[in-house]
Amino acid sequence: MSDKSVTPKTEYGVVARFEDPGALLHAAEKVRDAGYTKFDCHSPFPIHGMDQAMGLKQSKVGLIAGAGATFGFILGLWLQWWTSTIDYPIVIAGKPFFSYQAYVPVTFGLTVLFGAIGAVAGMFHVNRMPQWFHGVFHSENFARFSDDAFFVSIEKDDPKYDRTGALEFLKSIGGAEPEVLEGE
Amino acid sequence: MKLQADTYTLTDKGGFAGQAMIAGVVGLVVTMLAWYLDSARFYHAWLTAFAFWTTLSLGALFFTMLHHLTGAQWSVVIRRLSESFLAPFPILVIFFVPIIFGMHDLYHWTHEEAVAHSVLLQWKAPYLNQTFFFIRAAIYFAVWIFLSTRLVSLSRRQDEAHTAEILAKMRSTSAWGMILFAVTTTFAGFDWLMSMAPEWYSTIFGVYIFAGGLLSAMCLMTLTALLLRRKGILDKAITPEHYHDLGKLVFGFIIFWGYIGFSQYMLIWYANIPEETVWYLDRWQGSWKVVSLVLIFGYFSIPFLIMIFRGTKRTLGLLGFMVVWLLIMHWVDLYWLVFPTWEGARDNASFHWMDLSAMLGIGGVYLWSFWSRFSGGPLVPVSDPKLPKSLSHVTP
Repeated sequence: MSDKSVTPKTEYGVVARFEDPGALLHAAEKVRDAGYTKFDCHSPFPIHGMDQAMGLKQSKVGLIAGAGATFGFILGLWLQWWTSTIDYPIVIAGKPFFSYQAYVPVTFGLTVLFGAIGAVAGMFHVNRMPQWFHGVFHSENFARFSDDAFFVSIEKDDPKYDRTGALEFLKSIGGAEPEVLEGE
Repeated sequence: MKLQADTYTLTDKGGFAGQAMIAGVVGLVVTMLAWYLDSARFYHAWLTAFAFWTTLSLGALFFTMLHHLTGAQWSVVIRRLSESFLAPFPILVIFFVPIIFGMHDLYHWTHEEAVAHSVLLQWKAPYLNQTFFFIRAAIYFAVWIFLSTRLVSLSRRQDEAHTAEILAKMRSTSAWGMILFAVTTTFAGFDWLMSMAPEWYSTIFGVYIFAGGLLSAMCLMTLTALLLRRKGILDKAITPEHYHDLGKLVFGFIIFWGYIGFSQYMLIWYANIPEETVWYLDRWQGSWKVVSLVLIFGYFSIPFLIMIFRGTKRTLGLLGFMVVWLLIMHWVDLYWLVFPTWEGARDNASFHWMDLSAMLGIGGVYLWSFWSRFSGGPLVPVSDPKLPKSLSHVTP
């Protein structure tokens, strides 16, 4: 049995609050330009141009959805080819066993289905969801991110990260109440 | 060409109107010679070219009304383009006249002995007769000209002084205009193209014509904007963000065209009724099979795979190539609808220079009319309250 009081606190990173969406957007640009790569912006609503301001690359969700759609397309064709020519061939209306024309609706349906599943699953994967806890929750103040406040957090894993430097930096670009995220 | 930046008017309109008109007149004269050579072929080539340019204007009419109905912001900067492609409607009425003279060659149902021998044609005679055909054509053009002049004149009035009332009028006109558009376009497709094979029918045919028309109208608008951009006109108003959205619509309507085309095909293939399948069999024999395959792959599959990528829509050179390609494919599509019913091309697809000269003749005058309208006023609706948002539009 370990004594909880001696468990060392783990450090996650630093966070600071900004006044409005515009300030958050400019702060993101400055964090990006300062060379930080592992940082995030938190806002109650989406902000136009944030991807660019944060220097994010194009999302991978499209590729994952595309892979899902391709899988659905092949599955649809294979399923109908196998059932109607190998497993249980029946002549329907005098047409050939492999009547690809008739396969199009189901193939199309499965392409769309797996494309959509790929998009949703890909979105979850890229967002690293579900995730029950996140370092930023160590900040009491942070709860306001879903109400009326805008935050920038810089993670400890960032190669450029050092605690005091990051705190000073966030303060210098106009961040209010900068604090260190740490807890058990 | 030179654009005055604050008013968006052209101070120097360039020589395009004159060049288009010369090309048109040359094309028309050459095509008239073709009429002496082979009048039946001429009428088919003419109908193909007429349908090509008419469907472009119909697509532009739909886009203009859709813009008003949805209250879209991004498309305000390209609204003048779609409005200006409505200008040629009155000219298209004149270009319809040769079709009237060629009815005997184009439409089998005008032959009395054919009707006498076909129960189906007798049954269809109350609809498929020449008098009613002319009346209907007059109604179609009246509706299109009325809708387009009303929308364009409201838009010009908005330039002088914007009021909420003008915006409301454009929107309400588009609401009932959309219904009239759907009915007239469907029946124009039935009358002018589907009735070439009078014993064959497909209820989705009008939607098929509409799908191709809207797709190629989007392509033509994109192409025009890209050409203007090369001259440095509107290059700051129509940005890659707008091209991205135009590309998305082009991509969407590629799928729509394929979806409608396949829907028509599959029902006929599945039911396997001889008087229906004959239409596709005509297009699956000899070299027509090649044309059919070119349409499947060249108008749907390959453009689908190219246009699906974000990069294609934002790489303006590639986007320009794709829209030119799709416009050519739209012509091939109409050629594929029109020519197999003509005896001279029943067994094999054949190409003749008059197919091109008819396109050039109608197209030259069409583009002259477009450019005269477009360059005659501000190139964007300068007083539209949504213009600033459209100018700074960003595609998410």
